[in-house]
Amino acid sequence: MNPQVKAVEYAVRGPIVLKAGEIELELQRGIKKPFTEVIRANIGDAQAMGQQPITFLRQVMALCTYPNLLDSPSFPEDAKKRARRILQACGGNSLGSYSASQGVNCIREDVAAYITRRDGGVPADPDNIYLTTGASDGISTILKILVSGGGKSRTGVMIPIPQYPLYSAVISELDAIQVNYYLDEENCWALNVNELRRAVQEAKDHCDPKVLCIINPGNPTGQVQSRKCIEDVIHFAWEEKLFLLADEVYQDNVYSPDCRFHSFKKVLYEMGPEYSSNVELASFHSTSKGYMGECGYRGGYMEVINLHPEIKGQLVKLLSVRLCPPVSGQAAMDIVVNPPVPGEESFEQFSREKESVLGNLAKKAKLTEDLFNQVPGIHCNPLQGAMYAFPRIFLPAKAVEAAQAHQMAPDMFYCMKLLEETGICVVPGSGFGQREGTYHFRMTILPPVEKLKTVLQKVKDFHINFLEKYA
Amino acid sequence: MASSTVDQSQVARNGLREKVLTLNSMNPRVRRVEYAVRGPIVQRALELEQELRQGVKKPFTEVIRANIGDAQAMGQRPITFLRQVLALCVNPDLLNSPNFPDDAKKRAERILQACGGHSLGAYSISSGIQLIREDVAQYIERRDGGIPADPNNVFLSTGASDAIVTVLKLLVAGEGHTRTGVLIPIPQYPLYSATLAELGAVQVDYYLEEERAWALDVAELHRALCQARDHCRPRALCVINPGNPTGQVQTRECIEAVIRFAFQERLFLLADEVYQDNVYAVGSQFHSFKKVLMEMGPPYAVQQELASFHSTSKGYMGECGFRGGYVEVVNMDPAVQQQMLKLMSVRLCPPVPGQALLDLVVSPPAPTDPSYMQFQAEKQAVLAELAAKARLTEQVFSEAPGISCNPVQGAMYSFPRMQLPPRAVQRAQELGLAPDMFFCLCLLEETGICVVPGSGFGQREGTYHFRMTILPPLEKLQLLLEKLTRFHAKFTVEYS
Repeated sequence: MNPQVKAVEYAVRGPIVLKAGEIELELQRGIKKPFTEVIRANIGDAQAMGQQPITFLRQVMALCTYPNLLDSPSFPEDAKKRARRILQACGGNSLGSYSASQGVNCIREDVAAYITRRDGGVPADPDNIYLTTGASDGISTILKILVSGGGKSRTGVMIPIPQYPLYSAVISELDAIQVNYYLDEENCWALNVNELRRAVQEAKDHCDPKVLCIINPGNPTGQVQSRKCIEDVIHFAWEEKLFLLADEVYQDNVYSPDCRFHSFKKVLYEMGPEYSSNVELASFHSTSKGYMGECGYRGGYMEVINLHPEIKGQLVKLLSVRLCPPVSGQAAMDIVVNPPVPGEESFEQFSREKESVLGNLAKKAKLTEDLFNQVPGIHCNPLQGAMYAFPRIFLPAKAVEAAQAHQMAPDMFYCMKLLEETGICVVPGSGFGQREGTYHFRMTILPPVEKLKTVLQKVKDFHINFLEKYA
Repeated sequence: MASSTVDQSQVARNGLREKVLTLNSMNPRVRRVEYAVRGPIVQRALELEQELRQGVKKPFTEVIRANIGDAQAMGQRPITFLRQVLALCVNPDLLNSPNFPDDAKKRAERILQACGGHSLGAYSISSGIQLIREDVAQYIERRDGGIPADPNNVFLSTGASDAIVTVLKLLVAGEGHTRTGVLIPIPQYPLYSATLAELGAVQVDYYLEEERAWALDVAELHRALCQARDHCRPRALCVINPGNPTGQVQTRECIEAVIRFAFQERLFLLADEVYQDNVYAVGSQFHSFKKVLMEMGPPYAVQQELASFHSTSKGYMGECGFRGGYVEVVNMDPAVQQQMLKLMSVRLCPPVPGQALLDLVVSPPAPTDPSYMQFQAEKQAVLAELAAKARLTEQVFSEAPGISCNPVQGAMYSFPRMQLPPRAVQRAQELGLAPDMFFCLCLLEETGICVVPGSGFGQREGTYHFRMTILPPLEKLQLLLEKLTRFHAKFTVEYS
């Protein structure tokens, strides 16, 4: 088979998750375990963990799906208005038609308007907006177009370590060169430009570094980069002539009161024409995270800046082979960027639901950070944003040996034991990358508060036992 | 298009730098990708639509998009039951509404129970919701007269295109003379050529027999394979049945012959069967590759590797926008099957609303269900109308001088062959256009009718075709066919 496919790994749904699935089946068959359920804390899927969808969003979607409901008194007028607008922009006034490959026109306009508002008036052109099948689709497509050359001139793609393993998987599949730059764990996972410089210099030996990927807010690390940092990164990309990919799917998930989300687009623009006319940038967003949690809809978009017009033509051509992103996901994206505003009937309920979800997530972030930091042998950086904790675990030498005897990465060994003894499924840090000799795991903060507390307690107990066992 | 040197001097003048990503620096394989169904002619159609909206006077009042197999865009109504169940899944509050039938509610509850957090908004497992995979397996069994299907061999996908690309991706290996070759029909649906270009695999053309209603001849497969072995390693054989763009429905004997050939020559079989519900001609019947394979018994049934594809986009459903589909794999190496699942997991899962729709397609209302009558009535109406439109199209084109059209036995398109006068061919060449592209562009400019030139699908050298859908409403289709044939006659005279 294709050797590039063989090389692909994706830890978020990798071996530990397969094991969790097996254990679930065993539980179903009545096999006795030290726990009654498997807790899937491996994947950023809020609704799977009980988060409720936003009412307004589902109302508009239902109206679009079954337009007979437009006559029903049970739906608010503002939802109907949005649904009519979307349907009119669809072929045959139906979600069932293919859309243009770039996405439904009025939705792209709405996305552009959202970006302009979000960025304090910095203009966004609908022509630079591409709707995608989740953000992953857009990221994968842009990387595909970028990869060329052979041998020492093969395209190098700079990615953060730790990273969200979509990046390494796509790089493997495309047979591009992965260039790691390390986030600074001692400094709340900050991005240090000196480290970028180190990475790119070393890379030039064996590849042609062309791309720099940033995840902000970070996954798995949860840091929210400062504005200064983003300016430094942009300057670095400008200096080294790198194409910037800004994965901003967690832009609505910022919890720390000291942190703010700064979009790469906005900062780029505000740095003046030398940068804003030259640096090529692609920014990504999604319906899967935020306060919406609509993972299953596979909605997303990318905004491209300063792309060569011929490249934009190539991009549309490439997208056209797959016809279009799911239109229901495009509709979901539309509601995300065009939510109820003050004065509209649905505004109050919408705001309440949104604030409730985000408040809850912030609470769980703090809870998680605090509890992990109380456990001897675990240290957790502040969860400034996103949906995960990525605590560092200090493993005794004997545990590392035991892992090696089992031919497993030490943190995989730890996570497997955790799963087998408590039913809690998290993803070992080795699946995301980490500095040599350090161990981590990524756990979501998504279970409901009470359950999360129980989970954290169990992890704490497990960890203490583990330390004793391998002392 | 401006060359990169011109760009550089312009760039320098404007104080702008040369870009990181240019035609020269981009992925060369992506550059080679073409997809005619949404290619240059469609872009021109968009421009014309724009001009019409701006009030520019044209010899027509609307652009007719007869280029793409999108039934609902051309006015076909969605099936009520499907949309009811989906709406209930999207907004479960509606389960309390008296305006939905009980069977729709039951289905919605069943689907939601199988979703994480009982919501369409949760990711599913990467192969698709287990319950739906089971329903698909049962559908396949019913369809194939009881031949078992294993849900573990069923993978849901983002439309059939997604699964086709995934399987092709697995197959591509080697370099130079050992690079994977993939046999594809000519004419073909250009997803195949596009994907092979993107993957850097070797495209191996086998010609369908226009003189015999686009039949697949094993002798031609042989010819193609032997020639291909010179410069690549042929490993896969793609068949589209019912055919796109050609509309032929292969006979059972043909399918058996293809299977025997694939087995002898050790080729992985890809059977694109998305039009399995679109069979119109009396005397034609859909035979699934899976069924025929199993009925052929060992060694074929236990060794021949097969992937069969289906979709929610075609049939009587026409739910293109939901991107629903599946692949059933048979006799795939278990380790490779695991790799396929791993590859799918990187993209997490296919859209869950599309999965839900697929579930309803494979397990429609039963005769005792309240929604059964309306469902059947709607389904039969759609299929009957498509059959009528297929017949009409074939008839009009066959009567037009200079145009001949094979029977539209199935699918959603006609692919007529047209004669073009030598002067037209010459003019096309002067303009740097394929002759049938030239024809289609002129047709578009004068009548607003957008069809896709045969060169976008492949055809024998020196022949010219176009693909037109049969999807516009019957009266409109009648008018279109008349306009088109009149235009062709005029074109012929003009370039005589």
